Order: sequence, then C-alpha cells, then structure tokens
Amino acid sequence: MRTNSVQTGSKKKKSQPVKTAQKSKTSASITASFKGLDKALLLQMHDLMVKSRVLEERLIKIYRAGESFFWIGGPGEEAWGVPLGLLVNKGQGPRYDYVHLHYRCSPTLVAMGLPMIDAVRLMMNRSTDRSTGGRNFSNHYAIPEWNVAPVTSPLEVQYPIACGTAHVQKRENLKSKNKALTVVTGGDAGTAEGDFASSLILASRKGQELPILLTVQNNKWGISTSYEGQHGETFIADRAKAFNIKASVINGNDPVEVYLAVKENMDYIRKTGKPAFIEAMVSRLYGHSSASGANPIPNEVDPVKQFEEKLLKAGYLKSEEARQIWEQYEAEGVRATEQARTEPVPTADSIWDHTFVNNENADWRKF
Amino acid sequence: MANMAQSIRMALHYAEKNYQLKDIFGQDVGMPLGGVFTATQGLETTWNSPLDERGIIGMAMGIAMAGDRCVAEIQFADYIFNTIDLLKIAGNTLWCTNGGFQLPMTVMTPVGAGIRGSVYHSHSFDAWASRLAGWKVVMPSNPLDAYGLLLSCIQDPNPCLFLKPKALMRVRGEDLIPGEPMDEKELKNMIDAPIGDRTNWKAKWPKIEEFLVPIGKGKITRSGDQITVVSYGRHLLLCNEVADQLKAEGYSVEVIDLRSIYPYDWDMIKTSVQKTGRVLFVNEDTEVTNFGEHLAYRVTQELFYELMARPRVVAGKNVPGIGLHPNLEDASVPQKHDIEQAIREICAEVP
Repeated sequence: MRTNSVQTGSKKKKSQPVKTAQKSKTSASITASFKGLDKALLLQMHDLMVKSRVLEERLIKIYRAGESFFWIGGPGEEAWGVPLGLLVNKGQGPRYDYVHLHYRCSPTLVAMGLPMIDAVRLMMNRSTDRSTGGRNFSNHYAIPEWNVAPVTSPLEVQYPIACGTAHVQKRENLKSKNKALTVVTGGDAGTAEGDFASSLILASRKGQELPILLTVQNNKWGISTSYEGQHGETFIADRAKAFNIKASVINGNDPVEVYLAVKENMDYIRKTGKPAFIEAMVSRLYGHSSASGANPIPNEVDPVKQFEEKLLKAGYLKSEEARQIWEQYEAEGVRATEQARTEPVPTADSIWDHTFVNNENADWRKF
Repeated sequence: MANMAQSIRMALHYAEKNYQLKDIFGQDVGMPLGGVFTATQGLETTWNSPLDERGIIGMAMGIAMAGDRCVAEIQFADYIFNTIDLLKIAGNTLWCTNGGFQLPMTVMTPVGAGIRGSVYHSHSFDAWASRLAGWKVVMPSNPLDAYGLLLSCIQDPNPCLFLKPKALMRVRGEDLIPGEPMDEKELKNMIDAPIGDRTNWKAKWPKIEEFLVPIGKGKITRSGDQITVVSYGRHLLLCNEVADQLKAEGYSVEVIDLRSIYPYDWDMIKTSVQKTGRVLFVNEDTEVTNFGEHLAYRVTQELFYELMARPRVVAGKNVPGIGLHPNLEDASVPQKHDIEQAIREICAEVP
C-alpha cells in the first residue's frame, strides 16, 4: 500500500539548548496543529489540492469558451477528495480497493494520479478520453486499471453497486493477507434515493457485513434544494448508526482531519471486514454545475485557501512556493487544453461500438 | 423428462461446477425454499437477498464489475419495474466506458400470465426488455432450451436477461437434457427438495453435460409453407397446438420459436416469410409498441413485395393489468382461438 502509514513529526530531544528547545516547542506546537502528520505529506496534499482546484477552474474555462457542452465538478471537495485518493490501495481487480465515485470526485482521482489531460479530454469529448471516449459528461470517470467504477449521472446507484464489489472482495479477502475494501462517495441530496438505504442494509447484514467505506459529502445542497428542505435527520450519519455501522461526522474542509478519519476507518474495515460510514461536511464553491452558472459562491469555506494559509502560517510553505504551485498547474492546464484541441473526436460511425463486448453486432439492421 | 424449474436448477448447478458461477441470489432464492418456483433448490452458491429489487440488481452489477459471474433473480417480473434505470445502466456501462467495464451478469425473472396470478403476478417484460440496449434477452419455451439458453447467458460477457415463462415452470419437454435420468421419479428424488424439514437435505446431481442454445438463434418447431407464425415462451406452445389442429384442415403452418428476443434470428424469419408470404407474430406483452410490432415493421420494410398478406401481431390488450377472474385474464392475453382466427384470416387474404 502506498500511504497506509501515517507519518508523524519528530519528537524534541531533552538535551538540546534552551533556544533550540523553544524552537522545538514551537515546532511541536505546529506539528500538533496538524495532528502529527508529516510535513511532506501535508505539502503533498496541498499540492494535489491546488492541482485539483486549478483543474476544475480550467474545466470551467473550457466550458465558458464554448469548447464543451456542460461542466459539473468538485471545487470545494479538495480537502475530502485528496486524502481519500492518497489512501486508496490502487490497482485492478478485487485484491485492490474499488472506488465508486460521484461527479465531484476529481480531487480523489488527481490524488490517485490522474493527469490533467485525461480530465480535459473528457471535458472536451475527445475520442482519446480514457473514461468514455467522448461519450459522457465531465468528471464521469471510469478507469478499470485503478478500479474506479463508472461515474453515473443517476444519483446514488453507485451505492448498491459498490456493495457488489465489496461482496466479491469479502470472498477474496479470505484468501489474501492484504484486505481490500470498497469506497463509495455521494452527495447529501442523493441520500433521499432508496439506493442509499439499500446500501446500508446490504452492507450491514449480521454475519454478512461488507468491507465497505460508505461516505457522504454533505455540501448542504441538492441543486437548489437546501439540506433543511430535504432532511429530518440531524446527521445523515445517524442513519448508518441505526444499522450498527460505525459512523462519524467530520469536517471535510480540513484535509488533516479527513486523512486521519479515512485512514482510521479504512484500517477498521480492513481489520474487521465490517462497514464504516463517514459524513464529511464540505463546500460547494461553484454551484451545482454550469446549468446554474458555475460562478464562485460567496460565504463558503474555501478548503484549499484555508489549508494554504495554515501552511504559510506554520512556515511549512512560502508565499513564493505557493504561487509557483498555482502557476505550474495553470500552465499544465493550458497545455492540456491545447493538446486536447488537436486530438480527434468520436466519429458518427462509432455509435454502435461497445454496445456488446468485442463489438459483437448489436444493430438489428444487420442481424 | 425434467420440467423447466428442474432444468433451470440443473443449468445453475452445471454453471457452478464448470463456469465459475459464484452467486445465485434474490428473494427466497436460497434454502430452505430455493425459489418460489423451486428453480434454485439444492445449489451451493444461493443466498437470500433483502426484499429489495434495486439492491439485487445493484449487487449483481457490482459483482460482475469485480469479475465474478452471478445470476440474480427478480422474484416476478411485475417487480422489476422499479429497477428499470439500473437495468439501463447495466446495459450502457460497456458503451459509456468505451469498452472499459464489462458486466457479465444474468438476471432471471418469471414472466407472463397463465397461472391466475392477478395484477402483479402476470406482467410480461419482453417488449420492455427489447428496449434495454446492451442487454441480450432470451425466453425459452421448453426445459431443454431453458437449460441451453441459461448456460449461454451465464457464459456471455454481456448482461443477459433470462425470461422464465412462469406458466411453463412445471411443464415437461420432449427432449432429455444431456445426462438427465430417463425416469422422472428418479430425477425428482435426486434434485427436488423434500416437503418439510430440509435441514440435512442435499441434492444428488446427475452427471449432466454441457448443452448450449446459441443466443440469437431461433428454431423451427413446425414446418409449413402457407404462413409463418413467430412466437416464444408460453405462446409458442399455443402456436404449435393451433398449427397441429389446423393441419387437419389442410393448413400448412410454419412455427418459429424465436427463443432470443435480442439479438433475434432475422435470417430464420426472413427465409420463412420469403417461402410463405404470410406472417403472424404472437406474444402476450401488451400490444402498443410491442416487440412483435418491430418484427412486423421490419418484414413490411424488407419483404414488402414478397408478401401475400398484411403482417399481423396478436398480443395482449393494452390494459393496465391482468384481472384475476378467468374472464378478465383470458380476454387480456391471447388465447388459442385468437391465434387460430388470425391464421385463418391471414391465409384467406388475397393480394
């Protein structure tokens, strides 16, 4: 596993001079404020969060330039998505983690290693788009090599499907030392769908519990319907508790809290084979989608800027370094756009491709 | 001879042993019941799902996504309608992912009237299913075909829908499944769960062999040269009976058991209609945007100048449900006399 161990900061030594001891005390204080996570990991998360944000803003620019038909994505979910992506045991097949994501999932995939060009190809409907070949909306990823299940527009169907991959993993885990799990993500509004309840039932049946991390990213909105307008429960996580699923509510705008919570829950699932549930409170920074304008929303916490300020204040990052990171990814996004413009689009005669496996004829005119 | 429930059971057993079939599940599919039509008794990989059709289809998709073969059951097709978008997603997953994710899953569900099943145990699904692009859809009319089609579905890398004509589940065929004992009682004693306590019961499976009915291939069950009748499932048997009765009057009726609804055996239909010049499509799903209408349309488009009469479709009435009283059911779904009347009319038509 890539990042299964939490890296903690060094402890101060007793025999150091007074001045150094004060410095160490300050250092320990900073380390404590990051709950023991190693500086390198913190900077890695920041870097990936910036990359995710720049990528999404690049996608919005592509939409505004008329080079795509629709945008939907995940600005505001970087602090949730990046730690999750870093903690996933990436690979293909049931011996590795399955990831069933929704359409605000780009930070998770960026953390898993998604190059910007792949997101841009999807956004610009290129036939070179590895996820859909130009057939589906932005951020509707599908990456079999990483066990990233297809993102669907219908909300919440990913939850019972995720129970299916977890069911197979439960069987495979009996034969393997490495315990694989399934992660599923979705928004708060979608939990009104029956499929969400289905997953709570399927994951928690006594003696048949599934190794699955059920998560909800609660941004308090379903397009224009507020959380209060839809939910009677105090927390969505309370519903999981009713099924005896280990459940928690976390600040999804704090990557440190997210990293530790996701890791702790993943460890629990791998050890017990039982499900866990995380409700992460997150922001929705550009509204639902391009259909609602894709404009910045005031009064929402910006998790990238908040984390960056914290790193600057702690002295882990300098302003100039931060600026370079933003510029570096902006340049990568521009290059990706220019590259995608040169690439082919799907052809009309490809509409029947992949209707059946191996392109077996599916056109009744040719039966 | 095995009945259709027994043949399905034997196919599932064969697939467990030879095709890496790892999950057979649905409501009451596991023991002690083994399915409401007993089609899943005595198998090794069965389990009872929660009473949740969407959960069943979702699980099947996930299992298939992770590479394992599964057969999921919806207890009656009447209850499959709330899964329709999941079925649509299962059918478009390969396409939407540009070939990235295959879903080799089979869903089986009992369909049609004929058991006085009232409003919610009599629905048909073949017309609906024909609109689920990306799925293969089959419907047997006899136990041997049920065995061969189900094995083909389980082997197929695409999502497959196996429609079980519920009125035929206890009907025996004319052909033995390869390896099946000759004696019906012997088979019953081997694989039918006893009445009462089944705690320690285990099936004793005969040494059955592989038999595949290719998906997309029909079968001529009655040869003739005056009219072609195309059907499947329960109504195929009615068409055979009518063809036999009318033979005594000098009618020569060719009956095609389509067996596969999608993909379908156009070559067989085309060859037969070119011979007879007359064609009737029979099924019990409702008549408006019925699958038989698609076939009639195609015949009209491609064979128009070879036709001696207008193609017809005999199907279920476009009413909201099948009423429980026999007068209601019989008036709602095609009966033998409806088929007979249509054949007589088509044969009497002169261009």
